[in-house]
Amino acid sequence: MAAKNPVRKTILWSLLAGVAMFGFAMFVMPPLYNVFCEVTGLGGKPGGRYVAEQPVVDLERVVKVQFVTTNNSAMPWEFRPLTDSVRVHPGESHRVEFYARNDTARDMIAQAIPSIAPENAAKHLHKTQCFCFDQQPLKAGAEANMPVVFFIDPALPPSINTVTLSYTLFDVTDRQSAEVTARN
Amino acid sequence: MAHGPAKGIGRWLRATNHKDIGTMYLWFSFTMFLLGGFFAMVIRAELFEPGMQIVKPEFFNQMTTMHGLIMVFGAIMPVFVGLANWMIPMMIGAPDMALPRLNNLSFWILPFGFSLLASTLFMPGGGPNFGWTFYAPLSTTYAPPTVNFFIFGIHIIGASSIMGSINIIATILNLRAPGMTLMKMPLFVWTWLITAFLLIAVMPVLAGAVTMMLMDINFGTSFFNAAGGGDPVLFQHVFWFFGHPEVYIIIIPAFGVISAIIPTFSRKPLFGYSSMVYATAAIAFLSFIVWAHHMFTVGMPLAGELYFMYATMLIAVPTGVKVFNWITTMFRGAITYETPMLFAIAFVILFTIGGFTGLMLAIAPADIQYQDSYFVVAHFHYVMVAGALFSSTAAVYYWIPKWTGRMYNEAMGKVHFWVSFVAFNVTFFPQHFLGLAGMPRRYADYSLQFADWNMVSSIGAFAYGASQLLFLYNVIATIVAGRKISDPKVWEGAEGLEWTVPTPAPYHTFSTPPAFK
Repeated sequence: MAAKNPVRKTILWSLLAGVAMFGFAMFVMPPLYNVFCEVTGLGGKPGGRYVAEQPVVDLERVVKVQFVTTNNSAMPWEFRPLTDSVRVHPGESHRVEFYARNDTARDMIAQAIPSIAPENAAKHLHKTQCFCFDQQPLKAGAEANMPVVFFIDPALPPSINTVTLSYTLFDVTDRQSAEVTARN
Repeated sequence: MAHGPAKGIGRWLRATNHKDIGTMYLWFSFTMFLLGGFFAMVIRAELFEPGMQIVKPEFFNQMTTMHGLIMVFGAIMPVFVGLANWMIPMMIGAPDMALPRLNNLSFWILPFGFSLLASTLFMPGGGPNFGWTFYAPLSTTYAPPTVNFFIFGIHIIGASSIMGSINIIATILNLRAPGMTLMKMPLFVWTWLITAFLLIAVMPVLAGAVTMMLMDINFGTSFFNAAGGGDPVLFQHVFWFFGHPEVYIIIIPAFGVISAIIPTFSRKPLFGYSSMVYATAAIAFLSFIVWAHHMFTVGMPLAGELYFMYATMLIAVPTGVKVFNWITTMFRGAITYETPMLFAIAFVILFTIGGFTGLMLAIAPADIQYQDSYFVVAHFHYVMVAGALFSSTAAVYYWIPKWTGRMYNEAMGKVHFWVSFVAFNVTFFPQHFLGLAGMPRRYADYSLQFADWNMVSSIGAFAYGASQLLFLYNVIATIVAGRKISDPKVWEGAEGLEWTVPTPAPYHTFSTPPAFK
């Protein structure tokens, strides 16, 4: 079988290359893409934790911040902003509230995922307090006002006058209970 | 040693002979070509006039999707695998492919993959309707329930391609005749070696993309769902990381075919052999770093747009090297215009036009206007039909005398060529105008100002479709009753090991390695 060996070697490494590329597509590309988007702020994904510095309020400038909410297709809650938009000075801290009501007959847990448009504003909207930092449990029929405290970084590119902060709410009740079960 | 083909259907089901498997690949791809062509006829019939005449818009979407999928994965890819099976062992002086049983498996799973795919048309909900690029969320959240059949079909087709590529690499790297160094291999073998590497690198990425779709649809993951923390744009990145090398997978073996035919009928050796090899390798390398030029409108930073624009334009350099080498090969040659040569020359002209429109599309600011218009449709049909299909047609005319020991009907071949050439241009050249005027692709209807050129385009398409039936007839007539020939060389100017074996090529060739100078 000595003569067969080089063929076998070729098969082995080409097969390995194929498996490696499958792994690359499945397990490397998505996380890599997320990291890339977080570092560059592309795709409206807000970056990692913001290290607070004392902002200087820029009274010369006014930026309009709009609030948009979306329900994930499997999410039956009522979910909307109590304020549609605010006008703020960069550097000035602002508090707004979002309203949620669990219309269903069961206790549920929700998670909100933020997204910011335009994409190059994503790095410049800092949330110092947000309901999206935690999961939101609501008993059947209960309602809640959920606060967000944010400010616009004075480094926001001068071409941007309007920033949209969007939240998508989705149901994590099952995932949560599975996690809790796994822990016990 | 006298061992002929087995009798009956078993010869084909249990085939391990590279010529038998090559033949099956060629017939399979021609069948798929007719099926995909039939879908194209439905599309062009519906677009013959504005308004809805023949099919419903939902079905029209299934037709455009299936036409693309069948032609790319069912017709063009297998036809070159068939040619590789037939010709590579004969070109490098090997007795067969390195892995004959794997070869059998990689062919025989194909009909199952495509049956799975085509059967969705008869299921409730219809076939895939999201375009051959199956962008999420069209192919996930909004997909018809049959999408899982589509996903498994793609998995099977991908597995077949990967197995075929491993076989081709193992054959080329290990079974060459003594003395045939890599830089003495015929260019068709070189182009297939490079193509096989591309396939191994990107078919698993396609498998990964459809697997992520499968999980998003059935298992609650959110790879491509923004509401769950994923991103639909990620799908486009993964898809085009496969998709751009894929278009070179389709065209690079065509380069090999043309590089075999033009020297034969110019009666001159190929000009710039080594530059051809390096240009092919350079194109293959560049194909991995330009994928986002398909996505100029998704919202990339300026630096990204500029990078992908310049990197894409860079591909014109090695491609230009190839085109100039073919022209220089013909320059001052004693050219005769048999059917394969006509198709090869048409390839060089039309592929170059397709390359130029590709350059236009590479310009990021202009692409924002061209994106998803008929200009794109015209561009890729110039490289897919006039590129890949014309070259594989040329290859069949060129090698069929060697395969069957019978000469095809030259007059009928020339009629086939001229009808194809004229009809192709009548079909697709007006689509440039339609696209520049703003007609979007993948719609079942259009505004009235696009009516005239659409009618011209449809008439061309019907003529093109009909001329392929003439081709089918010519091939069958050749096999059944063509004029018998026995000269091993067939063509006066042909060079290479495949022309040293008797005509028709016996069932087993090069059982002992030939002497190669």
